[in-house]
Amino acid sequence: MARIELSRLAHSYRPNPSGPADYALKEFDLTWDDGGAYALLGPSGCGKTTLLNIISGLLAASHGRVLFDGEDVTRLPPEARNIAQVFQFPVVYDSMTVRDNLAFPLKNRGVPADEIDRRVKEMAEMLEMTADLHKKAQGLTADAKQKISLGRGLVRADVNAILFDEPLTVIDPHLKWLLRSQLKHLHRRFAHTMIYVTHDQTEALTFADKVVVMYEGEVVQVGTPEELFQRPAHTFVGYFIGSPGMNVLPCRVDGAQATVGEHVVRLRGGYRALPQGAKTEIGVRPEFVTLSRGEGLPIQVERVDDTGRFRVVKARLDGLAFNALIPEGAEIPADGVRASFDPQATNLYVDDHLWPAEGEA
Amino acid sequence: MDKKYDNRAWFMVLPVVLLVAFSALVPLMTVVNYSVQDTFGNNVFFWAGTDWFEDVLLSDRFHDALWRQFLFSGIILAIEVPLGIAVALAMPRKGWLVPVCLVTMALPLLIPWNVVGTIWQVFARPDIGLLGYFLNNVLGMSFNYTLNPLHAWITVIVMDVWHWTSLVVLLCYAGLQSIPDAYYQAARIDGASKWAIFRHIQLPKLHRVLLIAVLLRFMDSFMIYTEPFVVTGGGPGSATTFLSIDLVKMAIGQFDLGRAAAFSIVYFLIILLVSWAFYTVMTGKTKDSQ
Repeated sequence: MARIELSRLAHSYRPNPSGPADYALKEFDLTWDDGGAYALLGPSGCGKTTLLNIISGLLAASHGRVLFDGEDVTRLPPEARNIAQVFQFPVVYDSMTVRDNLAFPLKNRGVPADEIDRRVKEMAEMLEMTADLHKKAQGLTADAKQKISLGRGLVRADVNAILFDEPLTVIDPHLKWLLRSQLKHLHRRFAHTMIYVTHDQTEALTFADKVVVMYEGEVVQVGTPEELFQRPAHTFVGYFIGSPGMNVLPCRVDGAQATVGEHVVRLRGGYRALPQGAKTEIGVRPEFVTLSRGEGLPIQVERVDDTGRFRVVKARLDGLAFNALIPEGAEIPADGVRASFDPQATNLYVDDHLWPAEGEA
Repeated sequence: MDKKYDNRAWFMVLPVVLLVAFSALVPLMTVVNYSVQDTFGNNVFFWAGTDWFEDVLLSDRFHDALWRQFLFSGIILAIEVPLGIAVALAMPRKGWLVPVCLVTMALPLLIPWNVVGTIWQVFARPDIGLLGYFLNNVLGMSFNYTLNPLHAWITVIVMDVWHWTSLVVLLCYAGLQSIPDAYYQAARIDGASKWAIFRHIQLPKLHRVLLIAVLLRFMDSFMIYTEPFVVTGGGPGSATTFLSIDLVKMAIGQFDLGRAAAFSIVYFLIILLVSWAFYTVMTGKTKDSQ
């Protein structure tokens, strides 16, 4: 178990990167606390797997350093880093039995036989594969193979960190939920540092204490699920987290109020000294929108989807797509609908990045 | 749902039947025809039953050639398969060296067989051949493949290894390239040694291509004719007279058509039988585990 620090880390797959576009990972600093459960969230191709492979040592970063408990491991191979990693697609050793597969990482490290036996049994129980231990891995289903891969990742007790690269992609939904709670349980019991890559926000938010959101090779926010929801640091986070995502509306800002089109929106604090010529937008989550005939911004309702617990109103505001979440039973006016926002939950974005109000950090 | 059967559909396979008949069955039947008949000339044949078969199967000449043939195929398989795997493992997996290696490997396969024979016939000659001259005059050995049966065998085997190991290499290389990177990554994470990676990832994944390699090399080596014929002509004595060389001597040298025809059929059946045995053994193992 270890604290993992990434210091001025960047990576380019090209030998001589010139512009930012050549970098798969743009320079950043990040610390993963010992024993933390992290999710690494982002769309496909944003650099999640690259980052994971740099931490595990499968890939040597082109720039910057990786430190485990303060010790520089940037140039160490994976076997010297004592790290476990589970991949997106199942990797099993076909010629071995399930038991030998699970024992393999332990055998390679010279763990005593009785200890191996104990841990393999424990792991098989957790994965509900005790009855399959003697079977050859080759004939098993994709589900079972991926469970073995997970088991091989989790079987070592003393690892510095366990990395999961979208490990549940091939697993059916019910089992997915089961395995995820098992992982959570294991994390509470052994307090390994766990990093879990996914592009599924539900998976990220249920697994992790802290979520690292990546977008186009950049780490755009690190925070608790709560923080990601309340104060998305980047318009992408607002859009990516939550369903439907945050409404982002272009505006002009004047002190404590913003003007969207012709209409004035109250903000939670004053804003001064905004950069000249920058793109300014307000972001408000559909959860904090109220609809009425009274005051607010006029919208044209296009569709109302009833999910059972609340209703999703899909509308247009000055031609832009706009969503609102309305509690079950609340009234939606038939015409002349206006939307107003909770000022506390209305964020200002300057060039896509969250801009603090005066007095905020 | 009731399926409609229309036996006229069988006419659809007629072209294939005709093609196979003319390319394989008819020539084969001619041989079968000769193998059960005898003649005293004038194109008059009479029924000989299984006489030729008994004659061939009981003759020392056939036994000796068959034994030499099995020994030859066994030795070259024992050398070429492990060597081919080793070379394939040593080849680079990416970069500009890949095409260089592949083309170099493919070269021996592109040389006509009698040219390969000629190359080695000259190369190994003690008087003017580079190899033969070097062995005799620099290393001081007395190497002469035209006089010494062991030297003749060594020459023929080294020639075959030189000519055909590439085939095993190319097949294995293709098999290795098809292993997804994730396997190697997982093995590194699991701390597997080079040997463990070979034993548990590479070798199992090579199983299929190795089956093809072993079958091809067995069949080819069991039918080998041109190269040893050019180098040693089956000699010294009959030391390197393999089945096909013996067969040609019998059929064309002695014009002993009945015996040669029986010989051919037995020869064909042996190849079929051994190939089937290889195939069954090598695929049977995987079926157990599934």
